[in-house]
Amino acid sequence: MTTIPDNTPAKLDPHEAYVHGHHWRTADDEASAAKLGMWLFLATEVLMFSGFFCAYAAFRMMYEGNWVAASDHYLDWRIGGFNTIVLLLSSFTVVMAIRCAQQNRQGLLMFNLWITQLCAATFLILKVWLEYLPKLRLGEKPGALFHYVPHGDYIAGAHDHIFLSVYWIATATHGFHVLVGMFVFAWIMLRARKRHFGPNHYTALENVGLYWHLVDVIWIFLFPLLYLA
Amino acid sequence: MSGHHDVSYLAPKDGFWQTVWSWAFTVDHKKIGVMYLVAVLSAFLLGGLAAMAVRLELWSPTMTDPKTGLVTGQLLTKDLFFGFLGDNVTPNNIYNRAFSLHGTVMVFLFIIPSIPAALGNIFLPIMLGAKDVAFPKLNLFSWYIYLFGGTFAVSALLMGGVETGWTFYTPYSTTTSWGGVTAMVLGAFILGFSSILTGMNFIATVHKLRVPGMGWFDMPLFVWAIYATAIIQVLATPVLAITLMMLAFERMFHIGIFDPALGGDPVLFQHFFWFYSHPAVYIMILPGFGIASEVISVHCHKKIFGYRAIAFSSIAIAAISFLVWGHHLFTSETPAANAVFSALTFLVAVPTAIKVFNWIATMYKSSISLNTPMLYAMSFLFCFTIGGLTGPPLATLATDIMLHDTYFVVAHFHYVMMGGTVLMFIGGLHHWWPKMFGKMYNEAGAMLGCVLVFIGFNLTFMTQFFLGTQGMPRRYATYIDEFTFLHQLSTVGSLILGIGLFVHLFVFIASLMGDSKAPRNPWGGLTFEWEADSPPVEHNFPHEPVIVHGPYDYHTTTPPHCDPNEYPVPSKDELGDAH
Repeated sequence: MTTIPDNTPAKLDPHEAYVHGHHWRTADDEASAAKLGMWLFLATEVLMFSGFFCAYAAFRMMYEGNWVAASDHYLDWRIGGFNTIVLLLSSFTVVMAIRCAQQNRQGLLMFNLWITQLCAATFLILKVWLEYLPKLRLGEKPGALFHYVPHGDYIAGAHDHIFLSVYWIATATHGFHVLVGMFVFAWIMLRARKRHFGPNHYTALENVGLYWHLVDVIWIFLFPLLYLA
Repeated sequence: MSGHHDVSYLAPKDGFWQTVWSWAFTVDHKKIGVMYLVAVLSAFLLGGLAAMAVRLELWSPTMTDPKTGLVTGQLLTKDLFFGFLGDNVTPNNIYNRAFSLHGTVMVFLFIIPSIPAALGNIFLPIMLGAKDVAFPKLNLFSWYIYLFGGTFAVSALLMGGVETGWTFYTPYSTTTSWGGVTAMVLGAFILGFSSILTGMNFIATVHKLRVPGMGWFDMPLFVWAIYATAIIQVLATPVLAITLMMLAFERMFHIGIFDPALGGDPVLFQHFFWFYSHPAVYIMILPGFGIASEVISVHCHKKIFGYRAIAFSSIAIAAISFLVWGHHLFTSETPAANAVFSALTFLVAVPTAIKVFNWIATMYKSSISLNTPMLYAMSFLFCFTIGGLTGPPLATLATDIMLHDTYFVVAHFHYVMMGGTVLMFIGGLHHWWPKMFGKMYNEAGAMLGCVLVFIGFNLTFMTQFFLGTQGMPRRYATYIDEFTFLHQLSTVGSLILGIGLFVHLFVFIASLMGDSKAPRNPWGGLTFEWEADSPPVEHNFPHEPVIVHGPYDYHTTTPPHCDPNEYPVPSKDELGDAH
């Protein structure tokens, strides 16, 4: 008895079988539009954070001496510096993840995404554990909530609460972006596990990567302005 | 799917709930546009009722409320209508709430989304020959954000009440006033995201979904205008978002950024607010310019004069819009900044005047079909020019100090926003009504509405220029007896205006109920939407359209689906010096 040859085609991964949306002429058009959309979104993010930077500039000019002293006293550059390194590392792993998708190395792709998640979590945990919680305990809160409990030989300035307001809202908004990034990466990882990303199609991964770099870049501006003022 | 090629996008599905579902979860840009249209018109009605309340309140100068001893106008006193608000709400509070409701609803819920999100959503992809916008699901998401933010804002306005006006100036908005400011601010914050995402969607659509062969200068001018608008939406709105967020924190946690009592800077709020809100007035007016270019060219059956000048002036206005916000702060910033912002503000007049001259030049020696859209375009030219020319006195430092916060500013603003955008929005609604819904409207009824709106509008706001120069401050519930006549004239005008708008509403409803079917190209237009069916099929065109002529080549082309005898292509001699 002869065996019938198996003619069914090998099952394609989703990224190999990807079909672009019906209103696009080509998948390239679709991908480049998605990337354009992402860049526009990043522009809106930059402009949104520019509000903090403008407020920072205005108040730093108004309360120069107080500002520098407050930065010195309330913020520890070592925590901020370590977090900067953590975020830079995560940006690197995102780039490596995209590279892995282009080379269809699915295992390494997942590995890089895991490291990215780990870095994001580290950043947030350090921020909350070593900065936010102690600050809440010591009354180093924004605006009218500020009630300084003297410790060490620091004498609170007249406008410390404004510095802390800018610090809290800017870093909390940034931290929120990190948190959103973790959720989006979780979605990307679910899709990556189902092999949605490969040499043929990796638009979403690349766009989330762009977002992550922007979150990183914003931190790179916040860190020296707030911690090294 | 075969049905897409021959079924109108409005065709109902097999069952009621299937039809509801097909609208609620549609990614069709036309359905989303129609949903926006219904929503913005409802907002227009709400804001308009608030405006009528303000005008009625101002019918008489003063009255003493017997219970509180407060002096106010008579028609909005709480004894008459608003007793349920409790004892600590004074009649003056109610007046403040009425004009704040009018301002916030009209700006954030009506005029900003009006043309781009409703008409732009429907016609931008069709004019480019595309099947949909670049990101259809994001488009639907934007609509739901708008709906959520709008509900949030309206409930804040109606339940808590806002007394700050639409500008939310600190410290009044952060410390003194009470009511629904926080909720309203969050509502505007949410609405901003809808605007940003729509803008992103349109920019990507214009860049990536033009039909093959359509270059940038083959695009209809409406598309150029929406594109310039989208740039401002994307670049300015995030600054509003962050400003309103800080304002909400200021109210909730007293973070002290804007509160002078805590060492904050209220002028910083004004800078932040106007960095968005000045460009925002160009978000409001640029789409109106776009409709004017379409309507004037189509109904004059003549190639638009100065196509590139109009296209580039839209971009120029978008660029300059980011450099002039300081002219709202002439009474609160430094003299050096004033001088710079004053000089920059005059620049706006240049591209705007270029547009007006080009429209008039297009009309010159053309064969004008005097129907409702064209009548609106001409009303627009008249009113907008008055609005535009009253801008320079406000950009001039010396006169602005006089006119700052008077009715002159109110009149100027309404002449550009109502006389510009809203008139062109209504004109555009008539222009595209046959295409959107496949029905013709009653021309005589619509023209009556237009005449009433024109007379009512000018009566309402022309008087306010005089009130302003005589020193009547804006946002006051009371005034001295000398202003009574002008205020009453203005109120009469607003009633005529309101009647005119209701005439339009009835004409539209009658059109929808009637069965006067619209042909595919009722006006003899050349842009792609006139090649599509009325109303268009689900994916706009049975086949991807082919670009064979420019959008305004009336001198060489017979319009699609039109009788060549009715729309003869003029000979060289007939064209004469008009081209």
